[in-house]
Formats: sequence, C-alpha cells, structure tokens
Amino acid sequence: MAENNKAPVDAAQRHDVGAAPAASVREPFYDIARWGTKPPEGEDLISTAYGDKVTRDLAFVENKPGVHKPDPILVADGVVRRFGGMTAVDVDHFEIERHGITALIGPNGAGKTTFFNLMTGFDVPNTGSWHFDGKDMQHVHPEQVARGGMVRTFQLTKVMSRLTVLDNMLLGAPDQPGEGMFRSLFPGMWRRKERENREKAEALLERFLLIKKKDDFAGSLSGGQRKLLEMARALMCDPKLVMLDEPMAGVNPALKQSLLDHIISLREDGTTVLFVEHDINMVRHIADWVTVMAEGRIVAEGQPKTVMDDPAVVDAYLGAHADVDLGGDSVLEGLEERS
Amino acid sequence: MTIVANILGELFAPTTAAYALAAIGLNIHFGMTGLMNMGQAGFMLLGAYGFAITQMHGANLFSSVLFALLLAAVYALLLGIPTLKLGPDYLAMVTLAAAEIVRIVGRSTSMTNITGGSAGIAPQDFTTRFEDLSPLPDGTSTFLIWTYNNNIANSWWLRIVAWVLVALCAFLCWRWFRSPWGRVLKGIREDENAIRSLGKSVTKYKMQALIVGGLFGALAGVVFVLPRSLNPDSLGRTVTFYTWTILLLGGAATIMGPILGSCVLWVLLTAVKETMRVTIPSTVISSNQIEALGWIIVGVALMLLVIFRPQGILGNKKELAFNG
Ligand SMILES: Nc1ncnc2c1ncn2[C@@H]1O[C@H](COP(=O)(O)OP(=O)(O)OP(=O)(O)O)[C@@H](O)[C@H]1O
Ligand SMILES: [Mg+2]
Repeated sequence: MAENNKAPVDAAQRHDVGAAPAASVREPFYDIARWGTKPPEGEDLISTAYGDKVTRDLAFVENKPGVHKPDPILVADGVVRRFGGMTAVDVDHFEIERHGITALIGPNGAGKTTFFNLMTGFDVPNTGSWHFDGKDMQHVHPEQVARGGMVRTFQLTKVMSRLTVLDNMLLGAPDQPGEGMFRSLFPGMWRRKERENREKAEALLERFLLIKKKDDFAGSLSGGQRKLLEMARALMCDPKLVMLDEPMAGVNPALKQSLLDHIISLREDGTTVLFVEHDINMVRHIADWVTVMAEGRIVAEGQPKTVMDDPAVVDAYLGAHADVDLGGDSVLEGLEERS
Repeated sequence: MTIVANILGELFAPTTAAYALAAIGLNIHFGMTGLMNMGQAGFMLLGAYGFAITQMHGANLFSSVLFALLLAAVYALLLGIPTLKLGPDYLAMVTLAAAEIVRIVGRSTSMTNITGGSAGIAPQDFTTRFEDLSPLPDGTSTFLIWTYNNNIANSWWLRIVAWVLVALCAFLCWRWFRSPWGRVLKGIREDENAIRSLGKSVTKYKMQALIVGGLFGALAGVVFVLPRSLNPDSLGRTVTFYTWTILLLGGAATIMGPILGSCVLWVLLTAVKETMRVTIPSTVISSNQIEALGWIIVGVALMLLVIFRPQGILGNKKELAFNG
C-alpha cells in the first residue's frame, strides 16, 4: 500500500522542491508532458518574405470563381471528368498562386480527390488542358509529374507496409544513383547519397514524431501515423507544389498545430501548398486562399474571411454553426431555446 | 549405404542447383517485385534451347550461353510490354500460356530439324564442349560417400560449375536486395501507385525485374539439361510448380530461401521414395506408384508447412502480418 501511494507524493514533492534528481524518481505515467506526442516547438521563421508577397499579391485579386492570379504555378482550363453519366469534375478555369497555401474545400463527393488525380496524371480527363510551371501536363505520366516537382499524397493512405518507416522515407528521395539496376551493384556509387538522404529523412521523421518508429515496418503504424509518414515522404524531394489530400485527418490537435507551423515554414522554402481539408479552423489558420468545390464545379474562391462569410458557402457546406464550437454549451443552449 | 549416399547426394546434385537458380529468378519476380510469373519453365526451356541449338551448330560455349540469355531477355520483353501495365493476373496468365507455347512449338514435328521435335536433343550433341572444358582428369572420383564421373553427364565438373553459378547469382541477389534498386522493387510489390507518386517509373523497374529473373531462369535451364538430354516435356508446367514450391518452402524475399528450399525439397522427396522402395515389397506397390506416392506425401508435408509456417523456412513472420 505504501508503495502505491509513493508515486503521487514523489511527483508532488518534485514540483515543490523543483530540483529533485530525475533519475531516482519513478516516472509517473500520467505526466502528460512526457508523452511521445508532444510536438517540437514551432518553426522559427527565418523570414516571411514569401508569405508577405503572396498576401500582398492576393489582396488585389477579385474574389470570384476562375479569377486570374498574378503568378500562377498551376493553371487548369476546361478540365472535365465524367464517370458514366455523372460529371465528377468540371472546372472551367482555375489557378494556383505560386508560394501560396491554397485550401480546397467542399462537401463529400465534390470531386476534390478526382481533381487531384487528374492534375497528377493518375486519372485522365475527358477534355481539358493544364499547365504546371508553364509546362503542358496533358498525357504526362504520374511519375514524370512527380519528377517535375508536383507531388501528391493520397486520401486513402498508401504506405509500403512491409518496408520500414525509414525505407519508406528513402523511397521519396529523388536522384539516388543506386536506383539504377547496374549501379546498385556498386555501393561506392551510392553510399554517400544514401547517407545524405538518411539524414534528411531522419530530420523529417523527427519533425513528424516518427523517429522512434523508424526501424519498424510501416504496416505497424496507426492510421494517423501513416498520414504523417506519407506527408513526410512527399516532402523528401523538396517539391515545388505539394498536394495534400486531407493531411490532418486523424492527427491529434497538438501535433496538428505544430505541423501547420511546418507547412507555413515550407512556404518560406519556396514550396507551394494545395490541400484538401474538412477542418475549417485549420483552413482559417493557414490558408492564403480558399477554393470551394461542389458537384465538380468551383463555386467560390477568395480570401478565407470572404469565402467563409459567403452565405452560399455557409449554407451549402459550412452549416449554420460554422463559427461555433460544437462542443461548447452555447450550441446546446441554442438548441434548447429552439425546442 | 548407397541409399544414404543417394539421398544426401541430392543436396548438391546439378538438378538441385538448377531449381535453386530458377527459384532465385522467381524470387526476383515474386519475392522482390510481386510479379506473378507462372511460366518460369518457359524461360528455362528457351535458355536450354538457345544453348543446345547453338552448341549443335558449333558455337563456342561463351556465345551459346550469351545467346541463351539473349533469348530469355527478348522473351521477357515480349511478355512484359503488353502485360506489365495491366494488373498482376494478366502477367500470370500470359507467362503460363507462353511457356506452354514455347514447349509445344519446340516439340512440334515441323521443328524437328531445329529442336529435334518431341524427342529433343541428345546429350552428345550439345554437352561435349562443356565437358571438354573441364580441368579435371578423366575417370571417376570418390569424395566421402559419393562417387561420380569426373567430367561426363552427371559429373563433378557440372556440380562445381552449377554451384558456382548458384553462389554467383545468390551474391548478385544479395547485393540487389540491399540496394536502393531492390528497395524500389519492394516498394512496387507493396504499392505501385505510391511508388509512382514518388516519381519512379514503375513499368521500367518491373521490366528490369522480369528480365533479370528470366535470365536466371535461362541459366537454370542450361544447368538443368546438361546432365540429361534436352526434352521439351521435361521442362513443362510441373517444373514451374516445383519452382514455386521451392520458393515458398524456403521463404520468399530471402536470399538463401530458394537454395535451401531446393535442397530440402529434393532430399526429402528422394528420402521418401528410397525408403518406400526398400521397405515396401514391389508386389504391394510398384515402382511407378512409389513415384506418385512420393509426390503425394511431399504435397501433404507442404500443405502442413503452409498452414503452420506460411512464411517458409527462412521467411520473417512479422512481414506476413501486414496485408493492408
Ligand atoms: N473511379 C470512379 N468511378 C466512378 N465514380 C467515381 C470514381 N471516383 C470518384 N467517383 C465519383 O466522383 C465524385 C467525386 O469523388 P471524389 O472522390 O473526387 O470526392 P471528394 O471531393 O474527394 O470527396 P471527399 O471529401 O469525401 O473525399 C463522387 O460522387 C464519386 O462517387
Ligand atoms: Mg476526397
């Protein structure tokens, strides 16, 4: 009995005294600060040059669907994809601003994932053309799209289950000479590159809180960890445009915060981000520009504030209580009053 | 004593080496890349034909082997181009059918003056140059309990060459398994689209794997026919299925699995058959029936193995745990 009571006392004493030697104290399991989930401190932004520029440029852009932007990295024109009689995507004109963080939102089945597939070559549209960084991307294979600097993640996470987490990361690295069949036989030709890639991968894994798992099979990761791994893997090749399909689904809130900081710091490295997300707070927090899709069409576009105040968007997608914390009492009170 | 020598002799027989080579090739296809090659015998038969026919027409050994490899590579290209972009089932069907086509064309009467038709090619027509290359003296030698001819047919010389080849291929495989190239192949085995989204050309890698595994298969075919005659029917579907059995028995996606699998299978089979032959009088079971019964017993043993140790002898159980 005395043994059982000891731990809380110890913990309490430690807080009081403040200088108890950590090693001799039995660590209480409920010390939340020691959980492996604590995100690293937010990135210290070296500069906000790109962020400021994008904000400045987009400030003068009209908030209407299909509007032209000052410096687009991806331009899509008349992209239509039909499945049988159903039109999944029908985008007249859409531009993504370079170095911006663009959010793509919309109800389930709006065609967001299909749009991703079309842009990255995983699916072929019935009609339409699109340009990435000035290059025509029609009939370009997915692997060439990725090599060109447009890398995507999948909504239904794809990890290589029977490879380790670190191997998964290393597969994301570009230009490894050891990936040639003959050169792979001579380790001298690829060892150095491998070491560099490994360092980079470990740094990213650290950031995404997966470093402890690096030698485990990726198949043993939890759902949220797989999302994180996939996102980290996509960043291995320093893409020009990274397209994230619901990157934060199933990620705990503290880590989500920290990863949002990471996305913002990506922008300062020159990466453009397009992401699909249903979490409106996250969109509000980091997006420079919000695009709303519904039934395959782009129905609204603009600054986060403007779009989210748009009555049509609120009505169709966000719902009447978009601004209200659904867990809060105010919602319940509101409902009670009405009934 | 001769029985024990016979049984243990299977451990390093040329045929065991040939199956080990074929299984190493299949391991590159299936274990590393996830390609369902259901016609490894086709690669073997083509390699054997390429070697034997050029030998018959007086080519030197080196160019004969090269020609055998070339045939297998072209065959792999022909099979791969239409199927690798489609799903895995297509490759399985096409390789299975193509192997049969190679065999049937080889044994057809219209090809008799090239391939020898269904009778095949007799050993004296294509093995002499290989036997002449041997540095060993003529006659027979005894090592521990085994006595074989030094140079002719099922010889020590062939054993040495065959196992050096196995060691060489296993070494190559080991290098590839641990290289970034091998990592990409394993990634393709796990999820093709993920690899595509990371900028790797999946079709190119699959084609390389198909060709390399096929080349090992062609070498296996050459080793397979050297101690006997080249008979198209001895390299039929069953050979493909034995090769698969060996791979799964030893453990797919391991380096030593195919070699160990081949040794275990042939020693086991010979042991079962030899003991039955000695212990059961021929009035009860004829020697033909023993042949068949041997396979039945081995089949049951394999079923038990697959149920109780699905990863094979050397495989990693943990790796099998994830299918998602
Ligand atoms: N391969 C397919 N075959 C037939 N219909 C499809 C196919 N893929 C998508 N669709 C249809 O296209 C529409 C758009 O699907 P999509 O996956 O792009 O939606 P989404 O916007 O990503 O939705 P969510 O937010 O739920 O992920 C859906 O109605 C879906 O049923
Ligand atoms: Mg989707």
